[in-house]
Amino acid sequence: MSTDPIEGFVGGENLRRKRLYGRIFVGICILSSLVGILALVVLIADLVYEAWGWLTLDFLTYPPSRFPENYLPGGRGAGIYPALIGSIFLIVLTAIFTVFLGVGAAIYLEEYAPDNRITRFIEANIANLAGVPSIVYGLLGLAIFVRAVGLGSSLLAGALTLTLLILPIVIVAAQEAIRAVPDSRRQAAYGVGATKWEVTRDIVLPAAIPGIMTGTILSLSRAIGETAPILMVGAATSMFVPPDSLSSPFAAMPMQIFDWARLPQAEFQHIAAAGSIVLLTVLLLMNATAILIRNKYDVK
Amino acid sequence: MSTTDITNGTVSDRGTTIARIVFFACALVTVLTTFGIILVLVTGSIPFFRNVSLVEFLTGTEWSPIIRPRSYGILPLVWGTLLIVVGSAAIALPVGVLTAIYLSEYANSRVRRIVKPTLEILAGVPTIVYGFFAISFITPQIQRFYPDTGTFNALSGAIVVGIMIIPMVSSLSEDAMSAVPDELRNAGYGLGATKFEVSTAIVLPAAISGILASFVLAISRAIGETMAVTLAAGMQPNITLNVFEEIQTMTAYMVQVGISDVSVGSVGYQSLFAVGLVLFVMTLAMNVLSQYVRLRYREVYE
Repeated sequence: MSTDPIEGFVGGENLRRKRLYGRIFVGICILSSLVGILALVVLIADLVYEAWGWLTLDFLTYPPSRFPENYLPGGRGAGIYPALIGSIFLIVLTAIFTVFLGVGAAIYLEEYAPDNRITRFIEANIANLAGVPSIVYGLLGLAIFVRAVGLGSSLLAGALTLTLLILPIVIVAAQEAIRAVPDSRRQAAYGVGATKWEVTRDIVLPAAIPGIMTGTILSLSRAIGETAPILMVGAATSMFVPPDSLSSPFAAMPMQIFDWARLPQAEFQHIAAAGSIVLLTVLLLMNATAILIRNKYDVK
Repeated sequence: MSTTDITNGTVSDRGTTIARIVFFACALVTVLTTFGIILVLVTGSIPFFRNVSLVEFLTGTEWSPIIRPRSYGILPLVWGTLLIVVGSAAIALPVGVLTAIYLSEYANSRVRRIVKPTLEILAGVPTIVYGFFAISFITPQIQRFYPDTGTFNALSGAIVVGIMIIPMVSSLSEDAMSAVPDELRNAGYGLGATKFEVSTAIVLPAAISGILASFVLAISRAIGETMAVTLAAGMQPNITLNVFEEIQTMTAYMVQVGISDVSVGSVGYQSLFAVGLVLFVMTLAMNVLSQYVRLRYREVYE
């Protein structure tokens, strides 16, 4: 099969050997497919094993502590509370910004944009932005929102940074949802005299909302696990109260887990594992919501 | 624009005009983001390059911008990143492609319904959790075989990043293979080819543009990967081939500055943007390359 692939196919004298190669090849393929599954199983087993006995209800309702014994049942109580609430605030704010900007941009590109160079540039640019490392967005947030605009290391600065990070994915997801709205509906509305804005508002948006929500929630579940951007923006590591305003400093779960994981005492490894499980659980809940919405409104 | 516009842009009421402007402004935010990134990285790096010559930065083999004696050669950080990239690619590229072949050519729908969501979950696990997994599980396993391995080592980082990018390779490669029309496969069978031959000599070459593009994107992702390598591979700039030693990637250095109290305006703070610029240029080059590969080697079936 050196030059012409067909050459190797004809002639059956080697068939038995070829079948053997085939079986070995399938075996290798199956083993490879198992690598991913095995990695996930081991990862979850490792988290559960490490967190066993440390993940209590108190862990969700107490602020972190420097003393590992406080985290144990019967201790004075310590946990992830400010970071959990901080992450939720962060995601709600990010959701508000991204839904507005992402859906707006997607509607423009699908419904309003003329087919010219500027539009193609915007589309290519969105594709490129999706490949920029998240820590670079962190630098952007640090230089623009924290320093230039003067927001400081605040909840708002963190949310704006995460917004820019996930905006490309939200736009692409929203574009797909809008594209899935049948054209006949738009034509029908135009036929009864609707203006373009009325078509957008009354026909396209209502039909595209489930798809947009699914895409947005999935993107937000990526944002909630991001550490590098909020680290550069200056998320706090030892907050004892949740943020109480847009301008207050904030802790977030991934940052808190990072802080625990790099502490030298071995006990903190268990606490980092417990934190990881809380983070994964929140993620799972968000993904489940997205899938529920998708299944409920999935009309072929 | 993909949809009907029967007004053809000639009729325009006030609502439509306002909507057009508002929605265009939203789309413009993405363009401003790109310009913002370039502006921030370039203007942030200028003061750094007033203090440090470009030649020293790009060719120096010592990196110590915060601790005296100071030196500003980025090569140890680039080396650290490359070590992670090569190691993770050695795991993820073959595993990802073989998984894709299995899913696209061999697996029945029941197996696919189990494997594909599992890989999607794997892709959704936050990188910080992977980092924790590396130090709590992968590193101790390495230490079992090589007791001299440090708490932080390049191998653990490369393995964990490799696991992280498997789903990216497998899902993009599988998309490319699924797009190969069945006529090609049937033509192969008609000539007496075995399934193995159809998979490796027909489907694989036909999907090669998508597969290569997935490789490049996965490598780009490994270059930019931050938290897992920071936790697993460490914070010691080091040009070494010994994967059991501690290293530092470009991203890990940025984290180090991010969590330390480096004052604004110091060379340490300025170096953040210079390193960020190198990182950005490298990933951008990979992304452009992946688009080029996809177009250059694409086989079009109509």
